[in-house]
Amino acid sequence: MTDTKTSSLVPSAVYDRLRRRRAAERRFRFYGLAAVGLALMMLVFLFVSIVRQGYSAFTEHVITLTVALDPAVIDPEGRRNSQSLSSADYQRLVRESLAALFPDVTERAERRLLFGLLSSGASHRLRDVVMREPARIGTTVVIETPLDDDADRFLKGLVSPDVPESERRIKDRQIVWLKALHAGGGIHNRFNTTLFTAGDSREPELAGILGAVVGSFYLMLTTVVLSFPIGVAAAVYLEEFAPRNRFTDLIEVNINNLAAVPSVVFGLLGLAIFLDFFGLPRSASLVGGLVLSLIILPTIIIAARAALKAVPPSIREAALGVGASKMQSILHHVLPLAVPGIMTGTIIGMAHALGESAPLLVIGMVAFIVDVPVTPLDPTTVLPVQIYLWADSAERAFVERTAAAIMVLLIFLIAMNALAVIIRKKFERQW
Amino acid sequence: MGTLFCDRVRAIAGVVFQVVLGIVKDAVRQGSTRLFMRMHVLMLIAVLVLVSVFAFGIGHSRAEAMTCPRHSLPQYHGQCAALATFLPGLVVVALWGALESPFALILALDRLAETPLSPLAAAEGHFLTAEIQALAAGHGSRKDPALMMAAQHYAELRQTGFVLMAVLAVGASLGGWALAWRRLTPACRARNSIEHALKIFMILCATLAVLTTVGIVVSLVFESWRFFNHVSLMDFLFGLEWSPQMAIRADQVGASGAFGAVPLFAGTLLIAGIAMMVAVPVGLFTAIYTAEYAAPRFRALVKPLLEILAGIPTVVYGFFAALTVAPFLRDTGAALGVAISSESALAAGGVMGIMIIPFVSSLADDVMIAVPKALREGSLGLGATRSETIRHVVLPAALPGIVGGILLAASRAIGETMIVVMAAGLSAKLTANPFTAVTTVTVQIVTLLVGDQEFDSPKTLAAFALGLVLFVATLFLNVIALQVVRRYRQQYD
Amino acid sequence: MTYRASNDPPHGTVGAPRVEAARAKLTACNVDVFYGEKHAIKDVSLDIGRNEVTALIGPSGCGKSTFMRCLNRMNDIIDICRVTGTITLDGEDIYDPKIDVVHLRARVGMVFQKPNPFPKSIFENVAYGPRIHGLASGKAGLEEIVLTSLKRAGLLEEVKDRLHAPGTSLSGGQQQRLCIARAIAVSPQVILMDEPCSALDPIATARIEELIDELQHNFTIVIVTHSMQQAARVSQRTAFFHLGELIECGMTEQIFTNPLHRLTQGYLTGRFG
Ligand SMILES: Nc1ncnc2c1ncn2[C@@H]1O[C@H](COP(=O)(O)OP(=O)(O)OP(=O)(O)O)[C@@H](O)[C@H]1O
Ligand SMILES: [Mg+2]
Repeated sequence: MTDTKTSSLVPSAVYDRLRRRRAAERRFRFYGLAAVGLALMMLVFLFVSIVRQGYSAFTEHVITLTVALDPAVIDPEGRRNSQSLSSADYQRLVRESLAALFPDVTERAERRLLFGLLSSGASHRLRDVVMREPARIGTTVVIETPLDDDADRFLKGLVSPDVPESERRIKDRQIVWLKALHAGGGIHNRFNTTLFTAGDSREPELAGILGAVVGSFYLMLTTVVLSFPIGVAAAVYLEEFAPRNRFTDLIEVNINNLAAVPSVVFGLLGLAIFLDFFGLPRSASLVGGLVLSLIILPTIIIAARAALKAVPPSIREAALGVGASKMQSILHHVLPLAVPGIMTGTIIGMAHALGESAPLLVIGMVAFIVDVPVTPLDPTTVLPVQIYLWADSAERAFVERTAAAIMVLLIFLIAMNALAVIIRKKFERQW
Repeated sequence: MGTLFCDRVRAIAGVVFQVVLGIVKDAVRQGSTRLFMRMHVLMLIAVLVLVSVFAFGIGHSRAEAMTCPRHSLPQYHGQCAALATFLPGLVVVALWGALESPFALILALDRLAETPLSPLAAAEGHFLTAEIQALAAGHGSRKDPALMMAAQHYAELRQTGFVLMAVLAVGASLGGWALAWRRLTPACRARNSIEHALKIFMILCATLAVLTTVGIVVSLVFESWRFFNHVSLMDFLFGLEWSPQMAIRADQVGASGAFGAVPLFAGTLLIAGIAMMVAVPVGLFTAIYTAEYAAPRFRALVKPLLEILAGIPTVVYGFFAALTVAPFLRDTGAALGVAISSESALAAGGVMGIMIIPFVSSLADDVMIAVPKALREGSLGLGATRSETIRHVVLPAALPGIVGGILLAASRAIGETMIVVMAAGLSAKLTANPFTAVTTVTVQIVTLLVGDQEFDSPKTLAAFALGLVLFVATLFLNVIALQVVRRYRQQYD
Repeated sequence: MTYRASNDPPHGTVGAPRVEAARAKLTACNVDVFYGEKHAIKDVSLDIGRNEVTALIGPSGCGKSTFMRCLNRMNDIIDICRVTGTITLDGEDIYDPKIDVVHLRARVGMVFQKPNPFPKSIFENVAYGPRIHGLASGKAGLEEIVLTSLKRAGLLEEVKDRLHAPGTSLSGGQQQRLCIARAIAVSPQVILMDEPCSALDPIATARIEELIDELQHNFTIVIVTHSMQQAARVSQRTAFFHLGELIECGMTEQIFTNPLHRLTQGYLTGRFG
């Protein structure tokens, strides 16, 4: 720090210049730090904004109704078979039980407003109860059923009553009723199980991600079953057997480039080859899995080759030295030692595949599908596509569900990446 | 060891038998013809597996019983026998799967041609095939007697075809087994055969990577070629108007739609440009900080954190752009008196920029770390400050790597789909104003294909032409980027 | 059996590179090895006698390892490596395309310079060879082979109560003996040892030398070593290589007491050139 003392020997011009250079240095360093800060802030902001929009979807408001199971409405002919029971007018029963709580509401328009508080799922709930225990017809049952999404959002405080009535979907009268019900304990807030146990629905309060999660699971299953063995076999060939020639060079360049081809192009490939040419079923996770396998194959091959390369040659020589064939030395020694590395690469590739949606849109996996798929050949949606579909919906209540679905997706991804890190840490081997 | 193997074989056979039984029961219960067919194929494969398992068991024990020294372990003899049994059958099944349906169709259509046909049906050409298939599967709508007959014929043909194929497949399997039986001698190099087969499988797998590229190129070029039969290449590449919406009736005006892709290219470049304007400075300065200034522990923490940005699914960014950033920009714009559309290029490009920050920063950081210490020390020793050293020595030395990273990021930005699909809109305007809505190549690919697709309408085919342009552009960027990075690596290795 | 004056140009080998045909286990005739353009072994002819220890000595890079790796075709795995000439094992040409290298390597085992146990248990390390060659009948037979091999390698006492500990947890000397046990478990006829003691301390070295002494009753052994004393102690015959050529070969005693070739003299006395 000698130069801070102004010596008469140093001309002031030099000194000034030094000071300016110092300032430039500080500025430069600050830019760097600011860039890091900015990038991290964006990350935090992204997460915060999603959690802020989505946390409310994990609870739902349910209304407790006491419904009289009037045999005259449910089964006037007294047949009691499943067909007559399933087609009965449960909606009327549910509505009557709600109307009974507000005897002064008689006008038709008002009654419609009142019934608007109920989800259309209420009658299904009631039907399920009756179908399960037909003996209860004639008694009264107590059911809990979700409120309509607008009422739910109001009770969660997501709709401000200060907005002019014409600009909100929940009306002043409804607010009065809701408050009365809430005060009387007829409504309470609980964990939103529907979100995790239902398939898609047009009604936000009845929509869930189970179908998408199961679909994603099947998609991942097909993808890993196809791409893992093929990727590993290709990597073993390229790393251990392939002679260095034009053809293998071509494969090499190819794999590197394939890893950077936009995924939507793979979607076009899938559309032209699997759907148009081979006529495979649309929206099935099998076809999605085929396309995703092609997408992550380069990732797996590259990771597997790196893992194979990291196994020292002395192991190969040791095996050959006791008379193992080359294939035996690889299958018995080299490959098992490379497995952790291959697994890590595969899991990271799978995490990418799990979040992939563009190619799936292109091959038409965007249908509105209510049923939870049972086999990989059933039509299905997957989590990212479900997110895309919900984000596109008009109802505000789907926004919070979209964010909640994103949170679930991110949790899966974080878990997968954490698993990859753990495997890497646990099996990391210094030769 | 021998009895153990036999026990295991018996156990496996038991399991397979159970599975077959389950499939039969299921098939009977379900009763649907298509399912029945599928189940039949599964059953046939199960039978082949079963036979192969037996072939394995018997080959294994025969090899084990050999007294004179044998070349390979019994397990290899077993595997050899199993493979020789299974493969021929599988090949027959696969060939049948690929050929039977078209073949039966041709025969059924022949039959149809012999019968006097209702003129309506004759006019429809290839729609007949779909109708026949639907009728045969039991859910056709048209009850034309000639068609019904053809459909029945078709179904019968498939049935007989299947039975023939099943006999053939089992026969081929048994033949294979017989050959393997004769080859099973002590001198037989069973291990070498198995290893050879495995190696061929590996080569096929490695070739798949090339086949994928070939598949991409062929399908894109083929469908694009069909597209250019409708729309001229010049109109597509240089046309200024994009409105692919086809008229419903053929006699309406503008029935063919307009397929000038220039507005899409411009929109793509605008959004990618905005993204690069965010990602390059932030990514580069981040890399400079982590590589040159930060303590190793800070770097080890920050780098993976930043890489999370690249691991977040793009649909999440799309949601963020469309529902958080775009409304925010619109409201801010309104407050400042600037009209910002709620689907602005700025929102999509900005969010995309955040996503590709790690593409720039990671590679730039790697190459800057790889710049030899001696260079840095040389400059510092002359009395240069750190920032001067970075600007005049490190950055120029690392430039190829940095450029490579930026090119890769650009290719990623051009090919990115979900963010723009969700946040960029559909209006194909030729504008450089970042506050308005523009559309991109990828958005149009998705939009053209969502909904019902007919493979001969120019609307669907246009998506492939756009895909071809996208593929060529990104490939070009990638090849250059990889080349530049590789050059750079060689320089310091 | 030609005798050359010590100042003759180093063309052809002096001494006795051949033994009587009946005693020769391995015979190399006019062997040349190329790594791409590099001529690593030049026209070497050498016999390896049955049930004796042959030491290969010579300065670093002279091709000892290369020559040794020709004897069990370990060079096959190096793409650029090309071998010409003939090498026979018991009169059978080992470079005959009909020969199965795997079978050859089971007969000609190898121990490497650096101990390279598989990252598996001690038991599995030794059991691997017998298992892939189907030498053992049943679990008991396999166990017996493992135990006898460990015993003959002089390792059993030290490891008998931790046979299932990883092989890599042993000390360097123990690891090397494990590798020897692994090699003899396959019952080879020849064992090639490439500087087996270079990573070991004198005590471990002494144990391995004792071991070699014992093994030579049942095996034919070829050993590469940089230690003249070791060559003198363990081997019956010695071959001296220089720049890819076999300069001199003969009985160990004779070579060490009365080398014929100038280069051999120089190498043994530490004066070179
Ligand atoms: N894989 C290879 N590729 C190219 N050249 C090689 C290869 N292996 C060995 N060589 C060359 O062949 C020559 C002989 O090598 P070799 O390893 O046989 O020497 P060495 O006598 O065993 O030496 P050291 O005593 O140091 O082990 C050397 O010049 C070496 O550079
Ligand atoms: Mg050596």
